[in-house]
Amino acid sequence: MNDLIEKNLGLMLVLILFAVGFGGFVEIVPLMTQKVVTEPIKGLKPLEPLELEGRDIYIKEGCHVCHSQMIRPLRAEVERYGHYTVAGELVYNHPFLWGSKRTGPDLARVGGLYSDDWQRAHLYDPRSVVPESNMPAFPWLFENKLDLETLPKKLRALRMVGVPYTDEQIENAAKGLEDKTEADALIAYLQQLGLLLQERR
Amino acid sequence: MSDGVSLFVIIGTLGSLLFFFLVLRLNKTSGNVGKTTGHIYDGIEEYDNPLPSWWYWMYVLTIVFALGYLAYYPGLGNWKGLGAWSSTGQLVADQEKADAKYGPLFAKYQSVSLADLSKDPAANKMGRRIFANNCTVCHGATAEGSFGFPDLTDSEWIWGGDDAAIKASIMGGRNAAMPPLGLILGESGVSEVSEYVLSLSGREVNEALVKKGAVHFQMYCSACHGTEGKGQAVFGAPDLSNEIWLYGDSRNQIQHIIANGRNGQMPRFEQTLGKDKVHIVAAYVRSLREKSAK
Repeated sequence: MNDLIEKNLGLMLVLILFAVGFGGFVEIVPLMTQKVVTEPIKGLKPLEPLELEGRDIYIKEGCHVCHSQMIRPLRAEVERYGHYTVAGELVYNHPFLWGSKRTGPDLARVGGLYSDDWQRAHLYDPRSVVPESNMPAFPWLFENKLDLETLPKKLRALRMVGVPYTDEQIENAAKGLEDKTEADALIAYLQQLGLLLQERR
Repeated sequence: MSDGVSLFVIIGTLGSLLFFFLVLRLNKTSGNVGKTTGHIYDGIEEYDNPLPSWWYWMYVLTIVFALGYLAYYPGLGNWKGLGAWSSTGQLVADQEKADAKYGPLFAKYQSVSLADLSKDPAANKMGRRIFANNCTVCHGATAEGSFGFPDLTDSEWIWGGDDAAIKASIMGGRNAAMPPLGLILGESGVSEVSEYVLSLSGREVNEALVKKGAVHFQMYCSACHGTEGKGQAVFGAPDLSNEIWLYGDSRNQIQHIIANGRNGQMPRFEQTLGKDKVHIVAAYVRSLREKSAK
């Protein structure tokens, strides 16, 4: 049998794929059938166009490299950040932005935690409000305008993977955002993070 | 998960463990000790010996461990495990343990008035830590604030400085709403009002402009800031007749605010801290004021 497999590249490939894939198949596929993973929690809405632009700036500037968006069900984390993250909050996240490293604090429930003015001051120069901060400053966000041409396309693409945007939303996506800066969009995105689950336990 | 999916997980998991064990047995009993596989590369031959015993038994041990683990913890479909462990269950247990430990302390502090609590060194130590973790990002480590974020050690309390008002500010947050008046007043109107506002705190001003500004002030500003510009805590309208300026004291800065408005926000901490910790941090804030008054 050893000889048979070793001398048969096609057969070996199939068996390797089976060996590697089987564990994932048993672990991951059953999750896809579970309502707690696939159904949005009550009140969850797709991101508004401005917030979606903000999310893309969050990705572009690499915020997810130093900030996580995943509160684990541990007492210390719940005490500090709020209710642990649940799968139903994230069903419209494509891609998810859980992150894996916390150089800065977790941002899963940063919405409403600071005022818009504070967020502006902090993005422009973090040291102006938190002297010991090691976060980089992002002054260019206050000059760059949004690229509104691609915005309806982004909404349409997200709809294809299951985010329920309406035709009307897609058509009017860029309306009223002509004067918005990247900072406006990013702050709009941050201020809505995690608002749906407020209670501590 | 449904019974069918659950069965799929159970059969898939236990089936692969059984499969590993059978493959292992097959290798152990193949009986090729000392023989070669028949492969020869550049004169190098390959033995077909079974796995060494220590390796074999370690592998068996990992399978036994896996079975024990799957029996105790939830891993097999809907099987809850003999230990009935869950991550949220552990969280709740940890929280209850903490509540049992700290609950009595919080209850004791809750029953003490802010005035008395602000003189309790242990409570103030706790309050200082809560303040450092939650409030310093805006109000600063020394609570003296900065541009746009109020100083908590001075005498001016924009939203009121009594115990109930301090607690209400922390619990529910505050949203100030100074409307932009640039379009209504026009450029000259804005500079007239700013001149009047500066006169309230005894600054050197142009008297002709002050007179005109006073008329505008009574019409547009007095509803919130009061007829004498002394402010009204109920609207979060600051006193304009003292030397304390949240957004700068220069003519330009004041004119900018009159023209464009200001919407200062204090976030709400009811959920973040809960009423017990708000009580303690409010007492700490009170103690800061008492210290600076001395």
